[in-house]
Amino acid sequence: MKNKVKITMEATTKVGDLPFGFTAQPGTTREFKTGDWRSARPVLDREKCIYCGFCYIYCPDGVYKDMGPKEKYYQADLDFCKGCGVCANECPKKCIQMVVEEV
Amino acid sequence: MSVTKSTKPVGIEVSLAIAEAVKLAEAEVVAAYPITPQTHIVEHLSDLVANGELSAEYVPVESEQSALSACLGSSAAGARTFTATSSQGLMLMAEMVFIAPVLRLPIVMAVANRAISAPINIWNDHSDIMSIRDCGWIQFFAENGQEATDMTIISFRLAEDKNVMLPVILNLDGFTLSHFIEPILFPPQDKVRKYLPPYQTAHKLDITKPISMGLLGAPEVFTEIKKATDNALVASKKYVSKAFDEFGKIFGRQYKLVETYKTDDAETIIVTMGSISETATVAVDEMREAGEKVGLVHLRLWRPFPVDELRAAVRGAKHLAVVDRHFTPGFPEGPVATEIRALMYHEADRPKMSNFILGLGGRDVPRNHFKYIVEQVKGLGASGRQGHYEMVGVLE
Repeated sequence: MKNKVKITMEATTKVGDLPFGFTAQPGTTREFKTGDWRSARPVLDREKCIYCGFCYIYCPDGVYKDMGPKEKYYQADLDFCKGCGVCANECPKKCIQMVVEEV
Repeated sequence: MSVTKSTKPVGIEVSLAIAEAVKLAEAEVVAAYPITPQTHIVEHLSDLVANGELSAEYVPVESEQSALSACLGSSAAGARTFTATSSQGLMLMAEMVFIAPVLRLPIVMAVANRAISAPINIWNDHSDIMSIRDCGWIQFFAENGQEATDMTIISFRLAEDKNVMLPVILNLDGFTLSHFIEPILFPPQDKVRKYLPPYQTAHKLDITKPISMGLLGAPEVFTEIKKATDNALVASKKYVSKAFDEFGKIFGRQYKLVETYKTDDAETIIVTMGSISETATVAVDEMREAGEKVGLVHLRLWRPFPVDELRAAVRGAKHLAVVDRHFTPGFPEGPVATEIRALMYHEADRPKMSNFILGLGGRDVPRNHFKYIVEQVKGLGASGRQGHYEMVGVLE
């Protein structure tokens, strides 16, 4: 009998295509984009930012990139930012706002 | 002279014989924490390493959780790895146990089966191993000392088979097997080397070809990883038979996944696991002499469950009396009986099933327990079916 109900598939890898013992090659975390776990993203007000680097230091995922002495700010890589809000909490100038992600 | 050089059976405590078998298997790493009744196994291994008989790294860890953690690491580094535990130790280790099969690390672990608390009890039953039944390891139950010795070597061979690459638990009954002195014929070292060549694998941590092990398995892959692990465990069954057959060819002792004893015309078949199978064998002989059509099925392999072999072994019987050394509080049957009933459910010609729980926390299981069981089963009559376990000899 043909199944009428089609199962919604969330799976990404076939059983037979998994690496033996579920191992990974080095550096593959780069391809594992965790940004879609986020429910809110950090938005920086560059007018208020004093380029202190607290967001860069406190970020538990290391997603902040130093844009250099000319630009004088740190930019979050939204491919990996999980939206925890630690940066916004620690920012001494309160210039990072957590903005809810809308689908 | 080392006992393993003797060409005749040597009288030795079974725990020590297992340690000697680990030496014959030339294990490279042993990480363990002592716990009654497993202690003599690892104590003797520590002696063998200290006196230079076994060239292995002995890691005296601070807990069982650390013991298996160390084993995961050494096996991941490509070393032949052994550990042993029991009861509360297995409970403390449990968190690590489930990891090894998914990572496909062929660790061998002896579990000297003992009750788990409360009340505190150091004696034998199967509640420790049954509590981690679904850990995904290949699991054996040894019946006697010779078998426990042989199975130690077989376990390494099987675990490290390129087609298997799964960890193996060798269950042996605490005290009633682990502490008995039995005549053991040790397989000669040169033949063991032939049967069990040095462990070589590409599946390891290697600085020249780095990989990560123990990854996050998010919802989109978790199900597939679990299925892959179960596929590997189920597929390992034919390699269990192969490892048994090749052992039989070289050493002359042939093991089977499921042992049958006088089952051909048996109306009632008793099903057991572990050392009480020997007691049951003698009880069957005595009942046969008295004219009872009774036989015994003894499960040596518990995981992967030998489904077809079990069905074939009990075919034709009117009654199955399944013995459990553990019970499932709040459920009418013990784990072995539950599984066998489930496996027989779809059989057209299925026996009536009864479940007897006995030998808990070291309570003795004499031959008359088996005679009592058969009497109970016969008393049920042709249509009788016991829907709830009977705890043999419980005083209430």
